[in-house]
Amino acid sequence: MFNKYDVLETIDMIEREHLDIRTITMGISLLPCISGSAEKTADKVYDTVCHKAKDIVQVAKQLSGEYGIPIVNKRVSVTPASLICAPFPEKSALIGRALDRAAKELGIDFLGGYSALVHKGTADYEKIFIESIPEVLSQTERLCSSVNIGSSKSGINMDAVRQMGEIVKKTAELTKGSDGLGCAKLVVFANAVEDNPFMAGAFHGVGESGTVINVGVSGPGVVKHALENIPDANLTEVAETIKRTAFKITRAGQLIAKEAAKRLGAEFGIVDLSLAPTPVMGDSVAHILEELGLECVGGHGSTAALAMLNDAVKKGGVMASSHVGGLSGAFIPVSEDIGMINAAEKGVLCMDKLEAMTAVCSVGLDMIAIPGDTPASTISAIIADEAAIGMINNKTTAVRVIPVPGKGVGDSVEFGGLLGRAPIMPVHRADSSKFIARGGRIPAPIHSNKN
Amino acid sequence: MRAVVTVTGKDKKGIIAKVSAFLSERGINIEDISQTILQEYFAMIMLVDISGADKDVAALAAECEELGKSIGMSIRLQHEAIFNAMHNI
Repeated sequence: MFNKYDVLETIDMIEREHLDIRTITMGISLLPCISGSAEKTADKVYDTVCHKAKDIVQVAKQLSGEYGIPIVNKRVSVTPASLICAPFPEKSALIGRALDRAAKELGIDFLGGYSALVHKGTADYEKIFIESIPEVLSQTERLCSSVNIGSSKSGINMDAVRQMGEIVKKTAELTKGSDGLGCAKLVVFANAVEDNPFMAGAFHGVGESGTVINVGVSGPGVVKHALENIPDANLTEVAETIKRTAFKITRAGQLIAKEAAKRLGAEFGIVDLSLAPTPVMGDSVAHILEELGLECVGGHGSTAALAMLNDAVKKGGVMASSHVGGLSGAFIPVSEDIGMINAAEKGVLCMDKLEAMTAVCSVGLDMIAIPGDTPASTISAIIADEAAIGMINNKTTAVRVIPVPGKGVGDSVEFGGLLGRAPIMPVHRADSSKFIARGGRIPAPIHSNKN
Repeated sequence: MRAVVTVTGKDKKGIIAKVSAFLSERGINIEDISQTILQEYFAMIMLVDISGADKDVAALAAECEELGKSIGMSIRLQHEAIFNAMHNI
């Protein structure tokens, strides 16, 4: 018989503390779909995705019923579409629209992989593909896009950084009717990972097998609750408690991932150990940091608290899963975390502090609304700064900012659902355009030469 | 196959009788029961064998939830694997 307190703890985690499986994401290779024409390829892409993932929604429902744990999102990631579109880059949009149709047909909320990997250089076909992103994001609903512009091994492709500043701006313009919502589906990465189950940055890497199941767990509320029970503990004890909690959360993810893979005829890929917040009260990473003793996230001490949290989550999670991957750490998306939203509205949380925090947690400047008149070169410079943090620290960093057309500091924007709402945050007005216009490639750091 | 049934809510008469009758009608065998009352809060945990049940786990879980609503308690039936995974190394 189980220890009754263990059983009740699990029930409490699910019923009151928002423990859930955040996403089951099926990675699908589209390489076999490349055909003689864009039209034929688009048809094959649609058929492949619809066929391979046809049971994902049903299986998730079954698993949720059997194990009594909510499975919030069902998603698909595919091979970076720039590779599929390489023979006919000017018709990339056809593939994008086919993927979006497949997502709707399957009843999944997002499909990721309208992506390009240009961290060392941009081929002509990739340049044309990237130029299609704003239009495609404005014409599709569930498709997500990402571009990898740098890595620790190759340095930073500053020509791509310059292009992406313009692409982000154009995407915002083309989706201005929904406050630049297109930008919420566009991530610019450094050191992008091939097995990320979370959106908007998921894609299915070419080093992966044909069909893979990756699972992302979540549980900021569970961690916060565990810390509420030890209000006076020192940080050694706090880290220990977080580790134990992360272990339990991850084990639930591992169980679901293995079972989902078996039932869907796919390989089990990884469990992503991320603490992913939602805008719901009681599901906030910011509130964990505040539980640790900060009056408001964004104040001094936030970076240290986040570093400890991120590390303890990994240590607890690593032992709980046979394969850990994805982004694995704490997410700090501003609009998707009620504590972050409040801190930004109070003016305590600013871009510079967020940038520092991204050096010690899993991703980057995420879901941040900035003034609509921010120049493309400033967005490129923000991307370059983040990429530099990722490159030097051998970690993934990302930028997902929304320059909201027609809005400025003092306004706010509502994206709805998981994407939440955000006050427009100020950015530095000093001009970075000459630096960005230089282009070229920032060389890889000395410590990348490990061979 | 085994599952864990948890019944929680405000204590009242006849909870065990109703839940046991419900399980028995569906061919579910109760292997172990543990019960606690904290203040007025009732918590019962049952380890049950569902191999002889006429429905799958998800369907049984949905029926348990319905029964819970009808008697004003929260009743969950979950595959035992979730508890094994989270609490045993």
